[in-house]
Amino acid sequence: MRTERQAVIVGGGPAGLAAAIQLYQQGVKDLLILEREHFLGGILRQCIHDGFGLTRFGETLSGPEYAHRFIQQVEDLGIEFITDCTVLDISHDRVVTAVSKAHGMIQVKAGAVILSMGCRERTRGALSIPGTRPSGVYNAGVAQSYINLQNIMVGKEVVILGSGDIGMIMARRLTLEGAHVQGVFEVQPYPSGLPRNIEQCLNDYNIPLHLSHTVVDIKGRERLEGVTVAQCDEQLKPIPGTEEYYPCDTLILSVGLIPENELSLAAGVELDPRTKGAYVDEYYQTNVEGVFAAGNVLHVHDLVDFVSLEAEALGNAAAEYLKVGTLPPCPLEVKAGQEVGHVIPQRVSGTRDFTLSLRVRHPLRDCAVVVRQNGKELLRKKMRKALPAEMIQMKLLGEKLSSTGDLEVCVE
Amino acid sequence: MKRTFTCVLCPNGCDIEAELENGQVLGVEGNLCPKGKEYVTQEVVDPRRTIATSVPIEGGEIPLVSVRVTQPIPKGRIFDVMKAINQVRLQAPVHIGQVILPNVLGLESDVIITKEVKSVQGQ
Ligand SMILES: Cc1cc2nc3c(=O)[nH]c(=O)nc-3n(C[C@H](O)[C@H](O)[C@H](O)COP(=O)(O)OP(=O)(O)OC[C@H]3O[C@@H](n4cnc5c(N)ncnc54)[C@H](O)[C@@H]3O)c2cc1C
Ligand code: SF4
Repeated sequence: MRTERQAVIVGGGPAGLAAAIQLYQQGVKDLLILEREHFLGGILRQCIHDGFGLTRFGETLSGPEYAHRFIQQVEDLGIEFITDCTVLDISHDRVVTAVSKAHGMIQVKAGAVILSMGCRERTRGALSIPGTRPSGVYNAGVAQSYINLQNIMVGKEVVILGSGDIGMIMARRLTLEGAHVQGVFEVQPYPSGLPRNIEQCLNDYNIPLHLSHTVVDIKGRERLEGVTVAQCDEQLKPIPGTEEYYPCDTLILSVGLIPENELSLAAGVELDPRTKGAYVDEYYQTNVEGVFAAGNVLHVHDLVDFVSLEAEALGNAAAEYLKVGTLPPCPLEVKAGQEVGHVIPQRVSGTRDFTLSLRVRHPLRDCAVVVRQNGKELLRKKMRKALPAEMIQMKLLGEKLSSTGDLEVCVE
Repeated sequence: MKRTFTCVLCPNGCDIEAELENGQVLGVEGNLCPKGKEYVTQEVVDPRRTIATSVPIEGGEIPLVSVRVTQPIPKGRIFDVMKAINQVRLQAPVHIGQVILPNVLGLESDVIITKEVKSVQGQ
């Protein structure tokens, strides 16, 4: 095993694969992808439903098919990868330490490190639901892996807490497999997943969606026996007297995803409390020189197509960094203003084109996303509706930017 | 009569307001592309959906392989198609795009494999 590489890619999901292919195509060929699982492809291996690839490939594919297109290309180009290999540490000076089934302990000094570790699910612990701790309570992604990868059915009478896309997709999947899904309960007054999933995963199967509701108690000793659900007020607090008991053997939690950043922190990468991912500039470079991030490790995406496009942009930038030895400075801050939850990137050069990604805080109708610099309006994008569930992206042209003055993004 | 639809053909998920009369679509509003009108027209007479599931596989490096229909099938036949797929047992290796049920139940849609599964050596 060689101990120096131009670039090491941590995580072989869609982000890591697309970044590696792009680096290779830009002439950076001395690459190594390290993947913890036995197969490349990341979380898409278990997302067997279709709807992937419309933006990237112009056709609708299932998750495994989408991932395969990238895996095939990695194999065809001969890009080196090691699976069953967990990265344990990344140092400030880009030494990547990993442990692999086949190679034992590995240490590689990388010219550039690409962070593409994806995200993990928020758990019951993060919600602090009172009650017992019986079996039968699963995160949606874990249930998805049991049913779609391991052929293990999780239960028969199901309640789902949280209206995230994975929870809704699991509501349909469980119904197709013969389970009875009694309902999806969402604490917020609006759904957190996409409208099309409410339609094709819930409405199509007569699964009710109860907004402003949450689980207040869990009953059962060994196995789950039922949950108590209550209506919530505007402060998201349960309203006494509205409790209702649902007997069930399975509770699925779909209450959000968090970027997986323990390794980033070890490398000295600073995280944005809003995205829970790194602060990056328009080159997807973090505050640590030569360390880049894209995909769900940077900010949670709802569509893999955007993950691939983002990672390809990262690939171009990282290739430039490796060839030139440095990237232009990005002194201007991009601020999240009124109604904007977060923005990516948080810093820009003010001289080049870049793609701005953002999410709104609340569902809005007939609004506009406005980007301003030094009081001047650079871009205005009208929207019929803007939902927190949907990431909004727009391109800003370098020629319109000034090289001084922070940018502000608002929705009005 | 006015009715609202959520188009499921792409992630935009447009809310479409349609003016209907005797199952005829007189006009649509709110769709970001022409496919929205086609969707509503289809939805009024014969709503169709795609489905995906998985099938057990023997002798492979994994126990399950994912499959999907190539064309939307009538909503009312989803569980019949699930039953037909659930009869299938496969032997590794299999490849993406391989048809396992051509023209399933005469619905003009094939059921295809969506994951590469190699066979385990020595089996
Ligand atoms: C359960 C779940 C279901 C989803 N369903 C959909 C969907 O239906 N449609 C959609 O468009 N998007 C979906 N998403 C979003 C989806 O994650 C993205 O579209 C896309 O897969 C993100 O790609 P990624 O490469 O950033 O992350 P991932 O696909 O998560 O890939 C990250 C990879 O990094 C590896 N890794 C992590 N840490 C280490 C380490 N220390 N060492 C080595 N390797 C490591 C992981 O094993 C994994 O393979 C889902 C997400 C989750 C969590
Ligand atoms: S109308 Fe067009 S843009 Fe809107 S959801 Fe349907 S296919 Fe997508």
